Amino acid sequence: MTGTAQLQTYDFAGGEYNFAYLDEQTKRMIRRAILKGIAIPGYQVPFASREMPMPYGWGTGGVQVTASILGKDDCLKMIDQGSDDTTNAVSLRGFFEKTAGVRTTYETSEATIVQTRHRIPEKPLREDQIIVFQVPIPEPLRFLEPRETETRKMHALEDYGLMHVKLYEDIAKNGHIATTYAYPVKVNGRYVMDPSPTPKFDNPKIDRMAALQLYGAGREKRIYAIPPYTDVKSLDFEDYPFEVQKFDMPCGLCGAENVYLDEVILDDKGGRMFVCSDSDYCEERRAEGHTGPMAADPAAVHIGGGKQEETDR
Amino acid sequence: MKAFQSEDPLLQVRNVTRYYGDRIGCANVSFDLWPGEVLAIVGESGSGKTTLLNCLSTRLAPTAGAIEYRMRDGAMRNLYQLSEAERRLLMRTDWGFVHQNAADGLRMNVSAGANVGERLMAVGERHYGNIRATADDWLGRVEIESDRIDDDPRSFSGGMRQRLQIARNLVTQPRLVFMDEPTGGLDVSVQARLLDLLRRLVADLGLSVVIVTHDLAVARLLSHRIMVMRHGNVIETGLTDQVLDDPREPYSQLLVSSILQV
Amino acid sequence: MYVAVKGGETAIRNAHKLLAKRRRGDTSVPALTLEQIAEQLSHSVARVMGEGSLYDETLAALAIKQARGDLIEAAFLMRAYRTTLPRFGYSEPVDTAAMLVERRISATYKDLPGGQVLGPTFDYSHRLLDFALAAEDGDAVPAAETAPVEDVGMPRVTDLLGDEGLIEPSSTDSGDAPVGDLTREPLSFPADRDLRLQNLARGDEGFLLALAYSTQRGYGRTHPFAGEIRYGEVEVEFFAEELGFAVTLGTIKVTECQMVNQFAGSAKAPPAFTRGYGLVFGQVERKAMSMAMVDRSLRWQELGEEPVAPAQDIEFVLSHSDNIQATGFVEHLKLPHYVDFQAELDLVRRMRDEWFEKRRQENGSGNTQEAAE
Repeated sequence: MTGTAQLQTYDFAGGEYNFAYLDEQTKRMIRRAILKGIAIPGYQVPFASREMPMPYGWGTGGVQVTASILGKDDCLKMIDQGSDDTTNAVSLRGFFEKTAGVRTTYETSEATIVQTRHRIPEKPLREDQIIVFQVPIPEPLRFLEPRETETRKMHALEDYGLMHVKLYEDIAKNGHIATTYAYPVKVNGRYVMDPSPTPKFDNPKIDRMAALQLYGAGREKRIYAIPPYTDVKSLDFEDYPFEVQKFDMPCGLCGAENVYLDEVILDDKGGRMFVCSDSDYCEERRAEGHTGPMAADPAAVHIGGGKQEETDR
Repeated sequence: MKAFQSEDPLLQVRNVTRYYGDRIGCANVSFDLWPGEVLAIVGESGSGKTTLLNCLSTRLAPTAGAIEYRMRDGAMRNLYQLSEAERRLLMRTDWGFVHQNAADGLRMNVSAGANVGERLMAVGERHYGNIRATADDWLGRVEIESDRIDDDPRSFSGGMRQRLQIARNLVTQPRLVFMDEPTGGLDVSVQARLLDLLRRLVADLGLSVVIVTHDLAVARLLSHRIMVMRHGNVIETGLTDQVLDDPREPYSQLLVSSILQV
Repeated sequence: MYVAVKGGETAIRNAHKLLAKRRRGDTSVPALTLEQIAEQLSHSVARVMGEGSLYDETLAALAIKQARGDLIEAAFLMRAYRTTLPRFGYSEPVDTAAMLVERRISATYKDLPGGQVLGPTFDYSHRLLDFALAAEDGDAVPAAETAPVEDVGMPRVTDLLGDEGLIEPSSTDSGDAPVGDLTREPLSFPADRDLRLQNLARGDEGFLLALAYSTQRGYGRTHPFAGEIRYGEVEVEFFAEELGFAVTLGTIKVTECQMVNQFAGSAKAPPAFTRGYGLVFGQVERKAMSMAMVDRSLRWQELGEEPVAPAQDIEFVLSHSDNIQATGFVEHLKLPHYVDFQAELDLVRRMRDEWFEKRRQENGSGNTQEAAE
């Protein structure tokens, strides 16, 4: 049985993928999981996550969810860290442009589906929109209890005392709850859920949101959902109520207040400015004529840049 | 000793048997436990007393037999027919379990306050100030200084850990507490203090207790009634003073005399 | 300067162009052909097929070429391609007793029916760099003399033991029980042996090797003997409903390892030898052996053993064996995290302020106390 391997010959020139990459069979399986998730808000539905052409941990869950609900008429907005043109958002948007050929946009109001990692747009979403979250670790109890067998039991029995033990420890040690992102919530009075590593600043947005929220964790093979207008309560104590972080200053570019800001280091002498994390929101405000305290700064001109790159889009 | 508080037993044990493969762990154990009663199960290691305790506390399913418990609503329920949710609720509200090794019963990486407060949070208490005040009160009752409330038990001595474990169990006012050699592994002087504390708490709270010990002095100090076990069987049962002062079975006599000689 | 905000698309495009250039290297050196990779780097190809979970030497060679020799990246390419393939059905179990054997050794018997067949192996070679190989021109390969393999069949060592009842049966169920498939159903715990073996077969060679090694060093000893390791070609058959019988789709090369483990018996099982099983694509003996040892360790529950070591922890082992998952999640730390980091920055600043404020107050009150005394 020696001799040269009989290599199979391929026509490497061909190669067509199905609309939005996944085959229809797989999409149906994922849509079933999504429907189950919607029926049991906040419950993590196991699903047979596929191997995707991007690495686990880089949005495979979100991409599978988006691929399964995407239609030819949809308009997709892809953001990472609040911004449309961060590297991975660019990469994932390119994936759907290539495999589905759907329209994409930077404008929140124009999108029918928004896929996001770590942020929720500042502009409130509508009933005719869906937001898809990329989730790295879906299990809110994971760092208190590493075993899947045990955490599933704890969810089933609503055995969530341990969650408050952690919050208690935060207050006892720091005087306040020290969780700043992936802040646990209780959905519809039943399941404790991890809203993905969004800053807790965004937690109020997921409470009674008009849009359908879908959460996909590819590596951990879980999908969960929050239907429109569902009560979502951030865990807290009566005498230490949940509160979001506040920024002392408005956006340096557009002057927006009560929005989430990124800190931008300008030089090595402590120079810094704060700008909207939601880049589309910021641009829209500036287009409307709003200016922030640092808008005239040369650094701001660089950061604010022009409009989105038009090349190849 | 205080008279028992009720006509109805709290726990009814009938023919409980547990095999390990073809080896007997405990066989045909039957007894009733009354509200406010402290029952000591004594015997050498390997006598089956820990197996029995684990069966009673739903930590180890018996091979045969029935264990019924009077729930807070007065109804007798077969423990092994409870749902997992009911069983967990029982274990974190109406019951306590004090392990010989405190580390098995505590969360070693969270503070003393959180250790005591966990059960309260598990049953829905959501006021940090109240939880902390209750924890502080219980630390006082088990003679742990208030300023240790934010320290974690890793920095505690063996005796303190054991007292913390007791506070953690008693904070929800349980009616039944299981104890597995609670004074084992402690220095004699520390043991004496702990026993004194336990006796006071049990009397004050009117607890029912099933305590496993190989130390007859512990049984004499804490219990109303004694069950002597050997090779998995109960060989003698009776009021504590009666069994210890006038044991009938030769094995019990040996056990008692060996202790008295020490 | 702050450059990450804009220009993402151009940067990515250029980065990938540069990668393509670096991958090709110096163009005055001839490009690798897929045949060269498949023929001369067959161990790499086998590993990529195994961990990529797709038996295709051409595609594995292509993946290795595209991945610049990064075998985990190559396995990842295979997996991503595999996802898109239609699934017609499941093959019949391959019969390794009918293997066209190229290598077969047993460490438990000196001689046995069919004999010991050393075959192509690094074993017993001296690991000296062969400088002659550096100047190899391509044709001068010494001819190997191989004894003709006796046509007596090569019963599996474990079957020989089984005839005497000294080893547990290979499986307690009838063989008709449905076999799980973790590429179609999410893995859930506790996982049965079928799923465990599938997971291990796709698992990372290095991870399994380290786990197997740990059991030898006392973290959950299983007293293994290499009952048999065989490598060669087996036929893959597919039951065609339309025809009513199984047809041969082709042959694949596999390595099978059956570990025979000492077992003193327990409350649940009489004393007998027990099994650990490993099966991988191609000649990847290190992984087949590791897989067999880890498989055996994971069986502690059914054999009534105590779980004391990492290699016995089903959830731990199965959740972390997949290098595609592992590399993705580890490497995702390269993605921007500045939103979460901003939240933490804010918190750390606040906590530092509180800390210094507290210290200031304590020092202040300390001073007044001194003054009062």
